Amino acid sequence: MRKTVQNLKVIENIQLNDDHHLLQLQVPDQLEMIFPGQFTNLLVDHSPGVFLRRPFSIYSVDYIKNTISVFIKEIGEGTRALAQTPVNSHINSIFPLGNSFTIPKESEKILLVGGGSGVASLMSLAQELSNKLNDISILIGARSSADLVELDHFSRYGTVYTTTEDGTKGEKGYVTDHYILKNQLGQFERIYSCGPEPMMRAVAAKARTNSIFCEVSLENTMACGFGVCLCCVTETIEGYKCVCTDGPVFNINQLEWQI
Amino acid sequence: MADLSITIHKLKLKNPVLTASGTFGYGIEYDDFLDVSLLGGIVVKGTTIHPRQGNAYPRMAETASGMLNSVGLQNRGARYFASDIYPKLIKYKTNVLVNVSGSTIEEYIACAEIINELDHITGIELNISCPNVKEGGMSFGTSCVSIENVVSAVRKVYQKTMIVKLTPNVTDIGELARAAEYSGADSLSLINTLLGMAINAQTRKPVLATITGGLSGPAIKPIALRMVWEVAKAVKIPLVGMGGIMNATDAIEFFLAGASAIQVGTANYIDPLITLKIIEGIDLYLNHHKFNKISDIVGCLHM
Repeated sequence: MRKTVQNLKVIENIQLNDDHHLLQLQVPDQLEMIFPGQFTNLLVDHSPGVFLRRPFSIYSVDYIKNTISVFIKEIGEGTRALAQTPVNSHINSIFPLGNSFTIPKESEKILLVGGGSGVASLMSLAQELSNKLNDISILIGARSSADLVELDHFSRYGTVYTTTEDGTKGEKGYVTDHYILKNQLGQFERIYSCGPEPMMRAVAAKARTNSIFCEVSLENTMACGFGVCLCCVTETIEGYKCVCTDGPVFNINQLEWQI
Repeated sequence: MADLSITIHKLKLKNPVLTASGTFGYGIEYDDFLDVSLLGGIVVKGTTIHPRQGNAYPRMAETASGMLNSVGLQNRGARYFASDIYPKLIKYKTNVLVNVSGSTIEEYIACAEIINELDHITGIELNISCPNVKEGGMSFGTSCVSIENVVSAVRKVYQKTMIVKLTPNVTDIGELARAAEYSGADSLSLINTLLGMAINAQTRKPVLATITGGLSGPAIKPIALRMVWEVAKAVKIPLVGMGGIMNATDAIEFFLAGASAIQVGTANYIDPLITLKIIEGIDLYLNHHKFNKISDIVGCLHM
């Protein structure tokens, strides 16, 4: 669909844990097609210390209720204000922005690897792929079990594996130490990853070693979100590219990552 | 409805609202959001004779009431613009201007010569004020001698409207404005961004890869207004004011200070439709205060 600026109504705001909220935002009309990996840039109102919009991956889409959901972690003043937006008030949104993940063939074995707030863009991908593939594997890492707030949602779409740094849930350690990535990677034909950049680089390195197709969704500070300010560039084999319009999804072979 | 049209040299603007270079891409990025032809004009991204990949990143830091950028004139060069981008801009029924920059006078001339051949480009904005390039850019705009050299050289090869964009990073902007006028500028636009800096206290590192960058947004509006007012007293050619314009009232303040037209920059990032709202707001203001036309308020500051 074409990019639009719209006031979306907050119809649900669920606090998932201390600092994570899931907001469901309703468009006034019929929601047009949104692809997994795309994002929205939200206006932070009545927050004098915040000047620019804040970008969020679209976490899930509901074409019956005409809603998009965003997963917001409170980091600073802007994200805090957005996370605490009351139900029935409105948030001004520019969407859908950015490119999307490549959709695999039905026969392919897929692994999603996410960490931190990066799980948001993988959720919309898992939702989309579950209609098409029999089983997808989803590996999620977090600091502690309290941060693994979205597991219930993921388990609707595939087989979920977890790691926590403190060992309170799943395997103890980093997501990249999980046995699936260490010993069983060969069974997968595609890997999709989103999360902290060191994690994505480690996943990308394993994918490259095993010659597996791999796409990552990058994050960057943005001023506009639609390709005019040229602030959110990342280095690719074709020079600097905007994360907001050439991405956020990149094949690892496009990136100048020394992995 | 008041008469919003205004003339800047040979440019006939249907309304006095333009978009600032570097904040509106080539216009086409906004096609989803609005009808670009409704604007008085657009000034497309800074263009140089040779392609430039721009500065290293991070290139942006949000600040109180504004932002710093250090993009560094990333563009694919004037020849690529002429062959691949220009044909897509012919559809616009409004003024399309190209912001021309360079590292040497020869580069400015070569770029302006290419742009001069493009019929639908009704003017150039000569950028002697970019703070984010190591050579050229702002260094041309900070002394009267270098302004005279570059402006008079480009004047010889460029026949249509030439607006010279001034930097605020100077002691006496009136003197530099006079130098540009004397050297053949048809109009002056001001201000470009103010040189600034952001530091991350936690990491004890500069936020921008280039350490310093250009500050824009409402934080700079009082400085921009003061400079437009000073330059209006110093020169006779029309001015295009900009710097932190976020709404119609901000725009009106620039007209009162002496600008014949305005440019909207950083505000486009936050609200892609802001230019249309500003045009509407200017009309409401003129009607409310019983002015028939926009030119009635240019430079009409009550003292």
